[in-house]
Amino acid sequence: MDIDILDYGVGNLFSLKCALQKAGADPRIVTIIELGDEIDGLIMPGVGSFTAALRKIGTSQTKIFDLIDSGTVVLGICLGMQIFFKESEEGRGEGLGIIPGRVVKFREDVKIPHMGWNNLKIVKFNELIEGLADESYVYFVHSYYPSPSRRDFIITETDYGVTFPSILAHENLYGTQFHPEKSGEAGLIILRNFVKIVKR
Amino acid sequence: MTLAKRIVPCLDVDHGRVVKGINFVNLRSAGDPVELAQRYCEARADELVFLDITASPEKRKILERVVRDVAENINIPFTVGGGIRGEDDVRMVLCSGADKVSVNTAAVEEPRLIPRLSKIFGSQCVVVAIDAKRRYDSEGPVIVKTTEGDCWFEVYTYGGRKATGLDAILWAQKVAKLGAGELLVTSMDRDGTEKGYDLELTLTISEKVNIPVIASGGAGKPENFYDAFTIGKADAALAASVFHYDKFPIPLIKKYLVERGIEMRP
Repeated sequence: MDIDILDYGVGNLFSLKCALQKAGADPRIVTIIELGDEIDGLIMPGVGSFTAALRKIGTSQTKIFDLIDSGTVVLGICLGMQIFFKESEEGRGEGLGIIPGRVVKFREDVKIPHMGWNNLKIVKFNELIEGLADESYVYFVHSYYPSPSRRDFIITETDYGVTFPSILAHENLYGTQFHPEKSGEAGLIILRNFVKIVKR
Repeated sequence: MTLAKRIVPCLDVDHGRVVKGINFVNLRSAGDPVELAQRYCEARADELVFLDITASPEKRKILERVVRDVAENINIPFTVGGGIRGEDDVRMVLCSGADKVSVNTAAVEEPRLIPRLSKIFGSQCVVVAIDAKRRYDSEGPVIVKTTEGDCWFEVYTYGGRKATGLDAILWAQKVAKLGAGELLVTSMDRDGTEKGYDLELTLTISEKVNIPVIASGGAGKPENFYDAFTIGKADAALAASVFHYDKFPIPLIKKYLVERGIEMRP
């Protein structure tokens, strides 16, 4: 089982790698150039800005599309999930556009970034949240959130001034707006489930 | 449901060991950073802060090793501060597994560092630490009425060694505007005293900025945390000695707070 973590060149991937090792995987951290073309799992991590991350991926977007088409299980974390969308209020650049909708900013009447522990309200069951209790607390750090144009992508929701989707799923694509690698045991459950899905 | 308030144990690291002082001096040893970090993580701390509090030639090396060792062993967010001067320091710390960096002296001396760091790494990574001390004279621009009399709050740098003449309230508003993602506000008067947080300092800043504020300095018992969240309107409360010496374990403090209606990750 091969899992790659895509490195956009900024931030903390070490914790993510350690957390996945605890979840039973042995991931590689790779640049878009080094990204394997026959991997079973791909993690798009959540650091940096929308525009900066897209600039790093550059013209290699097709590489990611090919992986998704061939059935690679993809987990986007925070910004990594926002890239599934075509556009973001955060900045310029065209995302992958695999999930219809857009990425929007929190309203001005709440403290931004939304940073800290908040809970997940389960909207519908998915293998990614198997064994996870409703209302589990997970760790968020973000100023923007996904707003898919259809509700059937939404697995869990979270309240912060507005109710926003905190886990999305679409075929072999999964996204969490929070950081499972920083979310204690709740996060570990999700990462274990991801590894289990990849193994299958 | 909304964002939970955070309990944040702080580990002041000196030459690779955790130490704790009173009013920023009289340091004594409190243990191994990795062991303490793991223990706090298991006790359901919401976040950890590491501050390399002494400048020494070998500092960077120690910091990097400690950060890595800690990152390997915990799965909650953590912030690293102490001697962060610029972009390269931040990159090193983040790549070693930290989630945020805390800057104090470098930000005071070069405020443009804040927008630069938040542009590169995102504002959520940039915690500005403000060490403040009360001054009971009328020389400050923002006079705050307190139970001990009117005072203003002066910013200190270099681990509490250098008075800057800067007003902490104005400085907090300025750094928030410059792109800081969070403020770590430490009362030097209360640090290590266990007499409770400086609630007037915490409240004044919390009400003037729209970014999260971590209250720090003075926690001694569960009520102090309750007051920081309710009276001080803090988003997180940081403490060191109460946790290091096991005076009040984290689960006990959380239970106390949950029973009084504070939103907590249990």
